[in-house]
Amino acid sequence: MSGLITPFLVQSAVQAITPILLASLAGVLCARVGVFNMALEGQMLVGAFAGIVGGYFTQSAAGGVAAAMLAAIAFSLILAYGATMFRGDAVVICIGMNLLASGLTAYLLRVIFGVSGTFSDPAIVSLARIRMPVLQDVPIIGWGFGRQTILTWAAWALVAIVSVVLFRTPLGLRLRGVGEQPDAAETLGVNVNAYRVTTVLVGGALAGLAGAQLSLGAVSVFAENMSAGRGWIAVVAVMLGRGNPLYAAAACMLFGFADAFGVKLQSQGLPNQLTDIAPYVVTLAALVISHRRRARAQVSPEVAATTPGAADAGAGAR
Amino acid sequence: MSAASRPEDAAARRWRPPSAAIAILFAALVGGVLVFASGANPFDAYAQIFLGALAFDNWPNTLNWATPLVGMTLVAAIPLRGGMVNLGGDGQLVIGALVAAIIPVYLPGPGPLVAIAALGAAAIAAGLYAALAAWGETRHGVPMLISSLLLSYPAVGVASYIVRFPLRDATTGLPQTALVPEGARLMNLSGPLNIGLLIIASITLLVLFVDRRTVAGYELRMRGINRRFAGYGGVRLDAQAMRVMFVSGAIAGLVGAIIVLGSQFRFIDDALLTPSYTWSGLMAALLANGEPAGAILAGLFFAALQTGGFAMQREIAVPRVLTMVLQSIVILFLAMRHGAGKATR
Repeated sequence: MSGLITPFLVQSAVQAITPILLASLAGVLCARVGVFNMALEGQMLVGAFAGIVGGYFTQSAAGGVAAAMLAAIAFSLILAYGATMFRGDAVVICIGMNLLASGLTAYLLRVIFGVSGTFSDPAIVSLARIRMPVLQDVPIIGWGFGRQTILTWAAWALVAIVSVVLFRTPLGLRLRGVGEQPDAAETLGVNVNAYRVTTVLVGGALAGLAGAQLSLGAVSVFAENMSAGRGWIAVVAVMLGRGNPLYAAAACMLFGFADAFGVKLQSQGLPNQLTDIAPYVVTLAALVISHRRRARAQVSPEVAATTPGAADAGAGAR
Repeated sequence: MSAASRPEDAAARRWRPPSAAIAILFAALVGGVLVFASGANPFDAYAQIFLGALAFDNWPNTLNWATPLVGMTLVAAIPLRGGMVNLGGDGQLVIGALVAAIIPVYLPGPGPLVAIAALGAAAIAAGLYAALAAWGETRHGVPMLISSLLLSYPAVGVASYIVRFPLRDATTGLPQTALVPEGARLMNLSGPLNIGLLIIASITLLVLFVDRRTVAGYELRMRGINRRFAGYGGVRLDAQAMRVMFVSGAIAGLVGAIIVLGSQFRFIDDALLTPSYTWSGLMAALLANGEPAGAILAGLFFAALQTGGFAMQREIAVPRVLTMVLQSIVILFLAMRHGAGKATR
């Protein structure tokens, strides 16, 4: 076992978890207000691209992160208003958004930088790693968090913040009310649409951060479709976590370690085409197992679908 | 005439321009801004797209591009007709293509028979893989929307591994399988066109027939309108989901096989996914909400748009990926407009 869990493995796992975790927090928030956000993939991609653009033109990582958040928020306006004011089908809107993100970033990559495929430039500063001299040597935790970007720290802090806000504050009560019983919330004077729009936009900011971590977190580079399914894994984490940020974080950790194990197996000679699929296989297995457990707990799917709290994460999936 | 029906009559009398036309116009407008911002003339760009797709000389190219795209449109439209979504077209396409590339190389026999065997095996393999996603939903409670997409990644990864290592054509330095023997290739019609076009065209007619004239089509449409009602009316929903996904995946497999046996003659890693037929097909199907005739028209429209995109990129250096942006804006616009119509009801 000690040969399996090395400092490098833990570090790369924590690094792999960060973008998925940030995106799944965005997904949790949206699920809680009754908007099934499947556009995380596209929002991340927009964030990743804007991060590189912002980093290139401001020559600072902070500028890149700010640009990533702003661009992802602007992009999320489509879902925020489309799924509320315009009453569009969230699934269709999200599929459209993911494709728009993929096309738009590829188009702008060619127009702004004149290249296709990947872009990197020495002028783009990647996010600084915060060194924790004492922590660095503590096994597991220290290996994981000794040298990470501020976004990794922010992601884990946000797990706590989102949990507290959702379950311990009046604001959280209103948010959950909007998702579970929108009519009741409306009668009590809560503006359902306003809450939904704002939440989706906040989610957009988080997904933007996830994108910034992708493009500026390790080496500053943008590659077409670099989100590479991570947004979908975040969607699954939201489903597995049933709208609870802590459970979603646990699911993200599972995927992050699967990812890191894949990288480790690569270093032992397995081709990366095979190791890259590890997170997806783990994701599918986790979905099947979690359903088994729920079925064993004597809750039929119909009951689960109508029980508040269990319903919100899966509600949009027809 | 009851009083309740009057507002609807009034709404019906008021002429509304067709949604699709407005959506296309809106997308053209946004796209025009993007082209203008990149320093080119939007009118030039659209003229190039139009000529590149529809000038008489370019018809074969457009049809050649439309063959897989319309095929993948059916892949998405068939489940959508029943309210299901198959997001795993990429994986199914790759499985079909790989099977079709392997069989002719290793199976001896007369060419045409080998080709038929390859097409059949490709359809069955991809169909079974797609049915796996439906099985995941009916037996394991994993929503098909998610399972179909997640299953796509392992399929693509394993296929990529197979052509890079065990079955790589060692005579070339590229990740591709050995060439399919000439006898097993699909017959050429003229120029870039091969009988794959006719295969897809006949499948298209078959799908339209099944949708309009058979019990299976009726039951699927019923499921799309109201799943519970269909179940109450005696449709065995689980078995239906598996069947529908099998057919959808089988068509994806055929499309992959047609690309391999008709134009590339080998499985080349990534060559099937970069044109993103799957996603364009899905968008076309969404545009028509799964109604096959409309979806096919939308698929043809997208094929023309993309073929024109090549001309635009060649002539005035505007990246052709712009057409992808136009397509997604059309979808987004329509999604919201349909919703807005619902709101006033």
